[in-house]
Amino acid sequence: MENLINLEKKINSNLGTKINKTFIKHNQIYVEIDKEDLIEVTLFFKTNKNTKFRQLIDITVVDYPEKSQRFKVVYLFLSHEFNQRMILSYMINEKEVISSLTSIFPSANWMEREVFDMYGVNFKDHPDLRRILTDYGFEGHPLRKDFPLTGHTEVRYSEDQKKVINEPVKLEQNFRNFDYESPWEGTKYIKEEIDNNDKKN
Amino acid sequence: MTKKIKNLNLNFGPQHPAAHGVLRLILELDGEVVEKADPHIGLLHRGTEKLIENKTYMQAVPYFDRLDYVAPMNQEHAFALAIEKILNIDVPIRAQYIRVMFCEIGRILSHILNVTTQALDVGALTPSLWGFEERETLMTFYERASGSRLHANYFRAGGVHQDLPAGLENDIAKFCETFPKIINDLENLLTDNRIFKQRNVDIGIVSKDDAIDYSFSGVMIRGSGIPWDLRKSQPYDCYDQLEFKVPVGKNGDCFDRYLCRIEEMKESVSIIKQCLTKMEKGPIKTFDGKISPPSKKEIKQSMEALIHHFKLFTEGYRVPEDEIYTAVEAPKGEFGVYLISDGSSKPYKCKIRAPGFSHLQSMDYLIKGHMLADVPAVLGSLDIVFGEVDR
Repeated sequence: MENLINLEKKINSNLGTKINKTFIKHNQIYVEIDKEDLIEVTLFFKTNKNTKFRQLIDITVVDYPEKSQRFKVVYLFLSHEFNQRMILSYMINEKEVISSLTSIFPSANWMEREVFDMYGVNFKDHPDLRRILTDYGFEGHPLRKDFPLTGHTEVRYSEDQKKVINEPVKLEQNFRNFDYESPWEGTKYIKEEIDNNDKKN
Repeated sequence: MTKKIKNLNLNFGPQHPAAHGVLRLILELDGEVVEKADPHIGLLHRGTEKLIENKTYMQAVPYFDRLDYVAPMNQEHAFALAIEKILNIDVPIRAQYIRVMFCEIGRILSHILNVTTQALDVGALTPSLWGFEERETLMTFYERASGSRLHANYFRAGGVHQDLPAGLENDIAKFCETFPKIINDLENLLTDNRIFKQRNVDIGIVSKDDAIDYSFSGVMIRGSGIPWDLRKSQPYDCYDQLEFKVPVGKNGDCFDRYLCRIEEMKESVSIIKQCLTKMEKGPIKTFDGKISPPSKKEIKQSMEALIHHFKLFTEGYRVPEDEIYTAVEAPKGEFGVYLISDGSSKPYKCKIRAPGFSHLQSMDYLIKGHMLADVPAVLGSLDIVFGEVDR
């Protein structure tokens, strides 16, 4: 824990202007930056002798459709030397193109392909940006919140055409999403009343 | 007269017995030498992460069994730990020992499968016949504890689903006595076997720096000589109270990785033994009725227990808003869960970090310049299971 606090101080003193926010939680350090500073900041973290985040664990995106900056891009780093984990993140718009980390971490290649496949985020300077997990010729980005759980197409073997074909999904019964959220936590007017009472006391 | 020579493109898989599942590998060959390898994955993609976003935390557990389906409980462990850290609940000590014990059983399950099929890929049939018999025994332990041989659905946030049945601990202890002999038998067949060595020594060498750059973990990084094991460096559950060694390779080739796996199995046996001796009777899950369901007996008598039961199995428990990454040392490497909760009873986002994904990614780097016949050997030593690569 002490090490993390020291690390936080070091990061803020060395990269002060590039860092938007840092905080420590669950024995990990969370760093928020701007999209433009990605390469510079990761290079610093990888090469600086006090940080040495030499391993890129994963890259992912979180989708918040209601926000103006829709996607939060998240990078997970690990430092073997100091036994520390860092979570680096920044927000982007839906259409923004972000820089690729493949030149710094070769393992970013597939991770970025997965992000591109699942969320449709584009990477600049990526050597081989293809879909990776979805089917050949797949359309859409499945992990976006507005992509339906049942998907758009289903695959079957057609006896007539003697090949595998894609068809729009037909379900006997639509997928039902039950809302089990408990009303027991109190309805709004009760909550307001309790809050008011708290204030009075 | 000049002849034009064209490189040959070879389609390896997706239905190839040595592809360890549904891997389609497009190989560019110059004679018998591999120039380039392009793995096409995703043939087993089931959209696990999307499904988890639409299920309650308790309903999401079975999906983790289906990732690396040769060591199911290790995956559940990562997810359970993530929720426990967010909810800030303590796991009873007996539950911790049970979980660690079953994780080590999972490690043995996975390593037996890998070591023997790797041998099978390079031409030795007998190890798999001997090894799979032991896997069967281990899977009956799974079955007796959880009700199913493979897809256990046994770990819960705050403990495990139910206590071990009578007699299971004794039978596991008996297994720990007989199993080292089987490992020795396997080693007799393979370790000094001339053909096995010719096919594995100096094949697929990974240097220390490359192992880090390519996000390797688990045996892949230890085989290259980096003593990195999450059970030691970032201990979870009761691993800090157990004594075990971390076997480390020297040359970073396929053979060293095989040796690491063999040694890890021996260590796992010792961990299981320690768990069995240290385990005492006691609760196996947290008492918090808001998180773990009440016992059948309680439901018959207590109204509150009945309500808890009903709420848990319809709404599920709510997890406060948070963001966390937790990782465990799964048999194949660092298996992590990056979880974002939004205060409801379903995860907002659950990214699964599978070790096999980054290992398979390095296929091109590992195989470049090797012969075609080395492809199955390298692939075997990567320990790929497509359930987790494709998710």
